[in-house]
Amino acid sequence: MDKNNWIYACKATDMPHNGGVCVQYGTEQIALYYFTHRNEWYATQNLCPHKKQMALSRGMLGSQQGEPKVACPFHKKTFSLKNGQCLNDEGCGSIKTYPVKVQGGNIFINVASILTPHSSTLIEYEPQ
Amino acid sequence: MRIIVIGNGMVGQKFCEKLVAQKIAGLELTVFGEETLPAYDRVHLSAYFAGKTVQDLCMKPMSWYAENNVNLHLGDPVTHVDRAQKTVTSFEGTQFSYDYLVFATGSAAFVPQISGVDKHGVFVYRTIEDLNLIWRHAKIAKSAVVIGGGLLGLEAAKAMLDLGIAHTHVVEFAPRLMPRQIDDGGSHVLTEKLKALGITTHTQKNTAVILGNETITGLMFTDGSMLSTDMLVISAGIKPRDELAKKAGLQTGHRGGITVNDRMQTSDPSVFAIGECAVHEGAVYGLVAPGYEMAEVVVHQLSGGSKQFSGFDMSTKLKLIGIDVASFGDPFITDEATRSIVYHDNHKGIYKRINVSSDGSKLLGGILVGDAEAYNKLQQICVNKLAIPPAPSDLIVAPASTSNGADNFELPAGALICSCEGVKKQAIEDAIVQNGCESFDAVKKCTGAGSGCGGCTPMVKDIINATLKKQGKMVRNIICEHFTYSRQELFDIIKIKDLRTFDAVLDALGTGDGCEVCRPAISSILASLWNDLIIKKESATSQDTNDRFLANIQKGGTYSVVPRIPGGEITPDKLIVIGTVAKKYNLYTKITGGQRIDLFGAHLNDLPLIWEELIAAGFESGHAYGKALRTVKSCVGSTWCRFGLHDSVSFAVRVENRYKGLRAPHKIKSAVSGCIRECAEAQSKDFGIIATEKGWNLYVCGNGGSKPQHALLLAADIDSETCIRYIDRFLMFYIKTADPLTRTATWLNKMEGGIDYLKNVVVHDSLGMAAELEAQMQTLVDHYECEWKTAVETPELRKRFTHFINAPEAKDPTIVFEPLRAQKKAAEW
Repeated sequence: MDKNNWIYACKATDMPHNGGVCVQYGTEQIALYYFTHRNEWYATQNLCPHKKQMALSRGMLGSQQGEPKVACPFHKKTFSLKNGQCLNDEGCGSIKTYPVKVQGGNIFINVASILTPHSSTLIEYEPQ
Repeated sequence: MRIIVIGNGMVGQKFCEKLVAQKIAGLELTVFGEETLPAYDRVHLSAYFAGKTVQDLCMKPMSWYAENNVNLHLGDPVTHVDRAQKTVTSFEGTQFSYDYLVFATGSAAFVPQISGVDKHGVFVYRTIEDLNLIWRHAKIAKSAVVIGGGLLGLEAAKAMLDLGIAHTHVVEFAPRLMPRQIDDGGSHVLTEKLKALGITTHTQKNTAVILGNETITGLMFTDGSMLSTDMLVISAGIKPRDELAKKAGLQTGHRGGITVNDRMQTSDPSVFAIGECAVHEGAVYGLVAPGYEMAEVVVHQLSGGSKQFSGFDMSTKLKLIGIDVASFGDPFITDEATRSIVYHDNHKGIYKRINVSSDGSKLLGGILVGDAEAYNKLQQICVNKLAIPPAPSDLIVAPASTSNGADNFELPAGALICSCEGVKKQAIEDAIVQNGCESFDAVKKCTGAGSGCGGCTPMVKDIINATLKKQGKMVRNIICEHFTYSRQELFDIIKIKDLRTFDAVLDALGTGDGCEVCRPAISSILASLWNDLIIKKESATSQDTNDRFLANIQKGGTYSVVPRIPGGEITPDKLIVIGTVAKKYNLYTKITGGQRIDLFGAHLNDLPLIWEELIAAGFESGHAYGKALRTVKSCVGSTWCRFGLHDSVSFAVRVENRYKGLRAPHKIKSAVSGCIRECAEAQSKDFGIIATEKGWNLYVCGNGGSKPQHALLLAADIDSETCIRYIDRFLMFYIKTADPLTRTATWLNKMEGGIDYLKNVVVHDSLGMAAELEAQMQTLVDHYECEWKTAVETPELRKRFTHFINAPEAKDPTIVFEPLRAQKKAAEW
């Protein structure tokens, strides 16, 4: 992690197109998405708040009136990738989102908003 | 303007919503609730026992009150009203001033004065707290009695069933069940239906004493008979909560309730009362819809409107324990000027009665038990005094139209469509014509119609379709906001334009970025057209989750593994392999209904390893994860069975191997039976084959599932080759023309001309496309490959079966299992 709280996630070429992967950061699970059709990157929590399943990274990407979204594979609750709001169930609650940057083919996620995990469980990855 | 609402029940809450929507400047709205929960849906209270949470039942989340500046005091009832000073004092001792005060205190359960009502195991059925108490006690109860055979009493009886109490009794004082809604004939049918469910009814019983020392052991009735029980739920009616109003000196009715005028004003013009605590012209309205109407009237009074309350149509339709019960208009009239028509089918358990004016021109009321499909239509005809057919009996004995909506009769603009929200037909038409709403969701959002109980949904949809048609707009069956085509249109265009990936289809024919509806639908079309590998990089993420990882995602995030076992035939060696693999990877094993073996609880990372071992032993993917051919079940047939006419197992194996991997709008199941005894249950399948003396009978479009339907005979006494050709044509025609996620049964039900039309296409080639359909099927069959074999043999594909991209060896640490009968299960969510 650099001083501005960016962690290395993976190489852009490792990513599926129009889909997500799960990134481990200490005990946190972050879903990272490469929305190829929009040429956009997003990151959110991996946990779907509806039934508390670690599943959003396996969800399907799409848009609703232009708003990019991810649909949980379990019960198709959809969340805005921009602000984390649930788009089809008011009672469901929203998800955390994280900034993403691409540098020289490497993907970084900003984890400043996550409480610092115990140093013993912290796993850091350096760009190759 | 300072407004205080006493009571945060359904009606009080609806009043707040309606008032807030008026955006009155300077409004200060304060609400006091006795319960500690914000307003919840009391109508569907019994759903709490069936698994709904408090959160599910709440009408608005706590955040709503804050966002709308509603000052909510929960668990703090008002204890004193000073009308001279215009103040209220709460239990906690705070004092608030008001300009207008609204009583929405609702009602309490009416508890008859029977000796022993204070014993353990005696409950009322009114609040979530009551339900929690019942829940706790029900764990040790084997039998239960509900006093009260009305709406609420029967709801309570249903709750007892949901709680798993085997012996439930309903005791009613009147000579019949639901005495306010239905007559003796209707009650008779209802009683029989309840009996079938395990609920015993006792009418004309007056409870004298509740027996037992500290805890209830039974009831004794005034006729001397007894009934032993472990618990008692009293649901004998309601009693308006008027004690605070009485204390404040407001006028109340002689049988309870706060007296109100047509403006819902009490004897003090700045104090209103709404809902079940109010008595209007001698009547207390114990339903939610009139309560909402009263709330609307008060909002009008406070915001300068003139709306008044003039009584309410007490028509009701409800589903009680899966039984439709409805009554409308005056269900009971029997005077000189009225003729009643009764249809009573004891066999099916259907009772219908309509009351018609003696000149046969008007419908005055009626009762429906067992089948209330015609309710919406009849209630509208009755309320709007519409003309009825020359033979009024057609209203209840003619075959029900396919829609229970408003298509076949013209409603006046003022017809009340949604009684929960008070939305009239005119408002729905305006939303469409003036505000451009063209979908049910848009109309619901704009007018509120259909957002309450949802009973009017079919009517609203019919009005939308009819209005759009009148405007000359085509009503199109499009798949989602990204594609203005139906699935059938997309299928043809994608084929003609030779499009091969989702993005190519989206760029050529759609807008936006796709979604969870169109991505799998189009992926399914692409698979049906080209049968390419579905998990190629550009396609994988547009497949439904199960297809993306070639396995069914299960509770907890693990996957299941289902190898194909064609026809259900398996060698001992292969059985041993399944056992060995399951043991090695700690999988839960179960035999499925489709004659194969499910292995549950596999980590994503283990899937390629598991499949590698299965494939090495000769297994292939079972496509249990796909909208594809699942299984072809078989009975043992003529090789062993002394009744078997043909070798059903061999034919099932052949059919399963031909269509394995075939992608379709929905899953496809099949079966082959060796004789008419039908042990393989072929007539419940999408296509089923039964041996006859002369060959095979081919049945199509059957379905188990939520709406079971028997398959229909497509062709009789055909040889094996003809049978395969007909199945080719049938399946390909289904794949080309069905809507997304439509099983063959639903597809046939929607098809104009039904099975006769399908027979013409498949058997008599009426469209001249039989050869093309067969050729397309042959192409798909020739392109088959086992997806799992390709996946485990291709390093890039294999790499994807990891949970963490930056820790490929690690499994998801949040996955937990619980032990179950020497195996394991997913942890509850």
